[in-house]
Parts: sequence; structure tokens; C-alpha cells
Amino acid sequence: MIIHTPTTEAQACAVVKSVIDSRVPLALRGGGTRHGLGRPAQVASTLSSAGLTGITLYEPAEMVIAARAGTPLALVQETLAERGQMLPFEPMDHRALYGTEGEPTIGAVAACNISGPRRINAGAARDSLIGIRMVNGRGEMIKSGGRVMKNVTGLDLVKLVSGSHGTLGFLTEVTFRVLPRPAALATLQWRGLSDAQGVALLSKALGSPFEPMAAAHLPGGLAGEEAVTLLRLENFPDSIEYRAGELALLLGEYGVPDRLEGEGVAAHWRDIRDAAFFAGTGEAVWRLSLKPTDGAKAAAAIGRMLPGARWFYDWGGGLVWLAVPADGDAGAAAIRTALKPLGGHATLVRAPDAVRAAVDVFQPLAEPLMRVTTGIKKSFDPAGIFETGRMYAGI
Amino acid sequence: MSAIAFPVPDAGILARRESIVAGLAGLVAPQALITSDDERRPYETDALTAYRRMPLAVVLPSTTQEVAAVLRYCREQGVPVVPRGSGTSLSGGAIPQEDAVVIGVSKMNRILEIDYANRVARVQAGVTNLAVTGAVSAEGFFYAPDPSSQLACSIGGNIGMNSGGAHCLKYGVTTNNVLGVTLVMLDGSIVEIGGAHLDSPGYDLLGLINGSEGQLGIVTEATVRILRSAEGARPVLFGFPISEQAGAAVAAIIGAGIIPVAMEFMDKPAIEICEAFAKAGYPMDCGALLIIEVEGSDEEMDAQLARIVAIAGEHGVTTVKESKSAMEAAAIWKGRKSAFGATGRIADYICMDGTIPTGQLPYVLRRMDEIVKGYGLRVANVFHAGDGNLHPLILYNCNDPVEAQKAEDAGMDILKLCVEVGGCLTGEHGVGIEKRDLMTFQFNEADLAQQMRVRAVFDERWLLNPAKVFPLEGRVAA
Repeated sequence: MIIHTPTTEAQACAVVKSVIDSRVPLALRGGGTRHGLGRPAQVASTLSSAGLTGITLYEPAEMVIAARAGTPLALVQETLAERGQMLPFEPMDHRALYGTEGEPTIGAVAACNISGPRRINAGAARDSLIGIRMVNGRGEMIKSGGRVMKNVTGLDLVKLVSGSHGTLGFLTEVTFRVLPRPAALATLQWRGLSDAQGVALLSKALGSPFEPMAAAHLPGGLAGEEAVTLLRLENFPDSIEYRAGELALLLGEYGVPDRLEGEGVAAHWRDIRDAAFFAGTGEAVWRLSLKPTDGAKAAAAIGRMLPGARWFYDWGGGLVWLAVPADGDAGAAAIRTALKPLGGHATLVRAPDAVRAAVDVFQPLAEPLMRVTTGIKKSFDPAGIFETGRMYAGI
Repeated sequence: MSAIAFPVPDAGILARRESIVAGLAGLVAPQALITSDDERRPYETDALTAYRRMPLAVVLPSTTQEVAAVLRYCREQGVPVVPRGSGTSLSGGAIPQEDAVVIGVSKMNRILEIDYANRVARVQAGVTNLAVTGAVSAEGFFYAPDPSSQLACSIGGNIGMNSGGAHCLKYGVTTNNVLGVTLVMLDGSIVEIGGAHLDSPGYDLLGLINGSEGQLGIVTEATVRILRSAEGARPVLFGFPISEQAGAAVAAIIGAGIIPVAMEFMDKPAIEICEAFAKAGYPMDCGALLIIEVEGSDEEMDAQLARIVAIAGEHGVTTVKESKSAMEAAAIWKGRKSAFGATGRIADYICMDGTIPTGQLPYVLRRMDEIVKGYGLRVANVFHAGDGNLHPLILYNCNDPVEAQKAEDAGMDILKLCVEVGGCLTGEHGVGIEKRDLMTFQFNEADLAQQMRVRAVFDERWLLNPAKVFPLEGRVAA
């Protein structure tokens, strides 16, 4: 196993150029905490961002931060916290789910479009990512976007690359818009609701003027005996007081909520963010993205087909985290059949290599979109050297 | 003005006009095809009126299938296509060329579905921006991106240009508010990208389509996020003696952890022009004005305003004027949103759209003034202060070709300045033809080639809106 660890962009370009002719594929690596994400591949060489670290720009008054791709996410978050700011999208930490160690990097957050509960209100990583620098498959440095949050100059390659899981190129530097940290947080918790009731509550709350920043429902038996439905408010303390009161009134039909603050509930939200309820089990884990009101329908249909399935809802019902037995196709056929009439898509986030090699990890695409996807891969990476096969066969 | 070049029209296509028109006539209803000189003339230009070209023909389809049929036909015939929403582009994004067929989506103006529980609406591409909000406002919802032209501009055009507006500091721009589109590709394939769910299954094609300026396909339908309106909203006027103080106040407000829903800046010439037009009660004795809007319940707005007023006080604010009624609030926004129209009453103008890092504001304001004065012209500045998106309006007389050229030159100098200080050529209006030849100031050859290779995946022969975005020289096909 060869690991290339460039410390400059020029070195990264040289590494890529050196493998173009031989078409030796490269695995791309940040902190290595998410290597179970995507289709498995046997690759002899790795291009690591570990030598590209450091925050390169931070202007709190402009709400912008830039860092080289291998910078630990934790360092970015600490730097922001020192000035009372944060990344808007609450990125998930995959270490619990995969049982991995190491430090997640800011580059991987951009490359894999990693978000968390705040995504329902504040947008995904791709919505806050405003600039990238990367090496394409020709060994050229290219940039897209920049350091200003309003920018429509040219094609938006930033979003295209975000969520491409390294298949389009090697990120060397990423720039995010940031937000002030809220002065206070509070969570409202209702107990004992069914999935359908829980999602209906979340929909009603998200359609209110009181701006819940996170909205989740955990069925009974997952994190406790009883089902809990959670809304998180983030604001100045006086606004939280007011909004918590108004939400309790608006949602009176669902009972009187508990009000939770402090480290206990913060840890609970981290578990939701990280799907930590499925940590350390041998189950296969899926991530279903669908219309929020379809979340409970889909889960119920899948539950009937796959006995033993467990799940919970984030994003107001629009994100279903699902754990199923890992044997056979890990439920792929049943899950995608259940989603077909509803729209949306399913990603197999955790499963043994053999399963991820055999089933479609990412949702299969309609033919014209697959053709476009193939064309885009080729336009960035004509020799097919970056993580080829990570998302789809040949891509 | 004649500075911006168009591709030389293809003489072969011009010679075949009759047969091409006949071919189109077989694809769409008779009333959807416009061929006479008089009826084609309104499609010669958009809001960049200094440039105009008569298109070969105009088609106004009523269905996605008609769009597909016309695109497939144009591809077979090798005829360029210029997509058009409402024709309000300030960068010339919808200006045709003599050998092109315009495909306008203005007849596709139905709202197809409103889903409050999932907070989305499905609309056809010709629906106007404001009509989306209009359709959901009775239930207390709105569509967030609010370009100044929102009464006229279409959702399809907004997606093409990734339009912004005054309220995107909190709510984001078009790309952050569109969840799905129906896209007709050049070969006539109809594809669904995204939907009512969040995040894409594969590559983020939705993110690529937004802001692609009609070069990747034609969007005929869109699923957009609708948001619940705040309980109340209140714009407040803050007058400062000089621009630098206003800029410092903006930075301090953000530094204090406050993100108002909008922070708009106007300099003295802009204040005078807008006040004369809108009678909004803008203070006339200040050098710079901020319109800051807060949202929430009355008590929340009071509390947030108290924080903002205290910060403004530390930065030399001389006037604080709250809107006391919905009418006063509307007048304040009318003044700002009619800045372009009001300016048009006193002079011809060109409106630039660069974005700068807000920390560079004092320097850029000073340099812009020097640049414009250097050409013997005047400038009025309005801009989105929270995000650094500038809209300098350069005033000139369009009947004076020398002055017109100077105005265009001054505008180009300002955009180069924006790039030099770390910003970009366009924040929300798009590149169009207007900034096409400046792209090499922001991007190097490799950057542009990569964009063009992605573009070629959708249109390798450069038939879709071909005169736009990328310099005419050095184009990459695949």
C-alpha cells in the first residue's frame, strides 16, 4: 500500500499526474473515519490530505472560514467556537456508526456533503460550502466559488463536487460560510406518540413561525421504552421562552411537553446526529431521504417486509435512519420497492463489504441521469483514477 | 454601445429560416409560434436593453412535451436555442441571436401543487416569483428569494440565474430554496432531478442546474421550499454621517451574533434618488443609510432592535427611524426595491453586481467613487450589506455613445476591483453576455475549461444559449 501525503497543492498535482498514464486508481483519504461509506474498492494507492492542514482564512465579521482539506473538523469547530460561531449544518460524526478512530476532516465533510439535524432548517453542508480548490483528474488545480457567500459567477462546481465522495477530484482547500452560535438552546419533548403522530407534530411545528432548528422522532424501544418527539429551539433566551410557550400551545393536542436543557439533551441530539443507536451492532444501516410526511409510511411498509427492522426520524420525518439484518441483500429490494411509489431515495450507509459490493449502495439513477453522471465523472477524471466505483460501477 | 461581441450568425441557418419555421409549426400549437417581425421584436432583448438581436423565431410552449419536441428538433437542425423566462435579466442572459430560436416558458404559468405539511410547492417555470408567495400567503407562507424584479421575473429564470434578493442573508438564494426540477435536455429527454425530499441520490445535479444560465437544458417545472412567515417583520432606517460607519455597524451586528433578515445599504446619491421617487421618509441629512429588517413577535422585534440600536449607537448613527405601520414598512421597501426604476427616471444607468468581502467595503466604496469620477460620471450605490453584494448604478446618457462607452468601461473596472479584493464578478444577476469577457479575470484557463467540459456533457455542440457566460474564444467542447 502506497500512501501519498502531499504537503502542497503542487505536490498533489504531481501525484495525480504521475498516475494518469498508468491509470493506477487512487483512494482519497481524509481522517479515514468514513471509509465504509460507498461501494468497497481494492486500491493499491492512497492520496491523503493529512499533509494539507491549517486554517487559511477566518473573518468572523464576514462569517467565512477557509481551511486546507486535511484540517481536523474539530479544529475548525474549536476555532469558530472561540469567536462565538459555528458551522451551520451540524455535521455528523461517523465514528460511532462505523466503529472507526481518527479525526474527521473538513475536506471530507465537503466531499461527502455531511450534515446533521440542523439541515432541516439551515441547509446541508453543500448550502454553506462557498468555495473549493481541488486537483482534477488531469492533475490540474482548479477552483470554483470563492470566499463570498453570494456568487453566481460561472457553473456551480462547488455543489457538484460536494457529495461526489471524492470521485471527481482531490479537494485541497474548502471555504464555508458560518453562523453565530445561538445564545441559548432548549428542547421540547413529547412522549408516547406513534410514528405518524410524531411526524405530524414535527410538520406542524416546522410550518409554524417559531423556527425549530431540529426536529426528530424516536420510536419506543430505540433510546428508551417510550417514543419521544423532539424539537430544538436556538435563539436568544427571551425568544426561546416565548417560542417554547407558543409551540406548547400550538401542539397542545399532543400533550404537555417536557423541557430539556443542558448536556444530557445535547448528548441525545449528538446520538441522533450520529445514528449512534445503531453503533456496535451487526445490522446494516440505511439512510432514506424522502418527503417528510412519507417517512412514517415508508418505515411501516419496510417494517412489515423486514422483521427486526429498527428506525428513527430526523429532518421532520424526511430522513429515516433504518437498521435491518445484514444478511442477503440487506433489505435493498424491499426498501427500494417501498420507496418507489413515494419518491425519494435510499443509501446503504453500513454493511459488510460483500453486501455493498453486491447491491446498489446509492440509489440507481434513471438512464439519462446515469449518462450525465458518467459524462461528469469523465469530464473531471478522464482516466478514472479517483475513487472510481465508490458511488456507482465505473463512477 | 457595441463592446460586447455576438457570435457571427450562421448564414446556413438564416437561409433555412422558412423550413425551420415550418418544422417548428408542426411541433407546437399555432398560437405558440411567433414569426412576424412585430411580434418577435419584444424578444429582441431583456433588461440589458443596450443590446438587441432579432431571433429567428420565438416558441412559447404550453407543456413540457412541447419543449422537448422543440429542443429535439433544434438539436437535429443544429439551430441554437435561447431559453427565456420573463426577460428581466440585467446581464443579458435572455438576449437572443439572429440564428437562434427563443423558447419562452411564460405560458407555463400554473401552480401545480401546494403541500403545506411538507412545506413545498410544485410550480411551472413561467410562474412569477411573487405569484408563488401570492399563492401561499393566505396560509402564512412565502417563497424566500426576492429579487427586485419579483413581480415580473419567473421561477424558471430565477433558477437559470440562481437569483438572490434582499432577504437571502437569512434565507439563502434560489439554489438553497429549490428541491427539485423537471429538466428537458437538449436531446428531448425529460428528467426529474430531486423532488420534495432533501439531498440528492448521486451527484448534486440540482446544484449544478441552478445558475447554469440556460446552458444545460430547460427547466419546465420546479419544486420549491415554502417557509412559514415570521409573526411580524419591521424594517428600520439607520442613518450614518459616512459610509464607513455604516459598514462598521454591519460588521459589529454580525459580530454580536445577530443575523437580521435583511441589511441593505444606500449611499447619499441613492437615498436622494429613491426618496424622490418613493417618498419613503428616508433621512436626507445622512451620508449612508442602512435598512435593517428584524422579524418575530412584537416583543422579539423590540428586543432585537434594542440590541441593534445599541450597536449602531457605538458607530455614530444619527437617525433611527422605525416603521410604525405596515404602510410605512411597505414604503421603506418600495424605496429600496425601486432603486433601479427610480434611477432610470433621472438618467440611463448600468447596474453592476459584484460581491466583495465586507471587510473591504470602505476601500471599495472609495475606489469605486474614484473610478467613476475618473470617467467623468456619477454613481449611486445600493447593496446587500450583510453579504457584500454591491449594486453600483453608473449614471450616463445613452444617446451619447462616448459617455455610454465610458459607463461600460467604468463598470468593468469596478468588477475587476471586486475580483482583486477577493470577491466575484456577479452575486446574483448572472454572467450573461455582460460579464462574459471578464470571466478570465476571475478564473484561469483550467478553471474555465473544467466548467466548459461539464457544460459539454449536456450540450457538446454549444447550441444552448451559446453567446453567454464563457468567452467566445477558447471554448472547450469535451
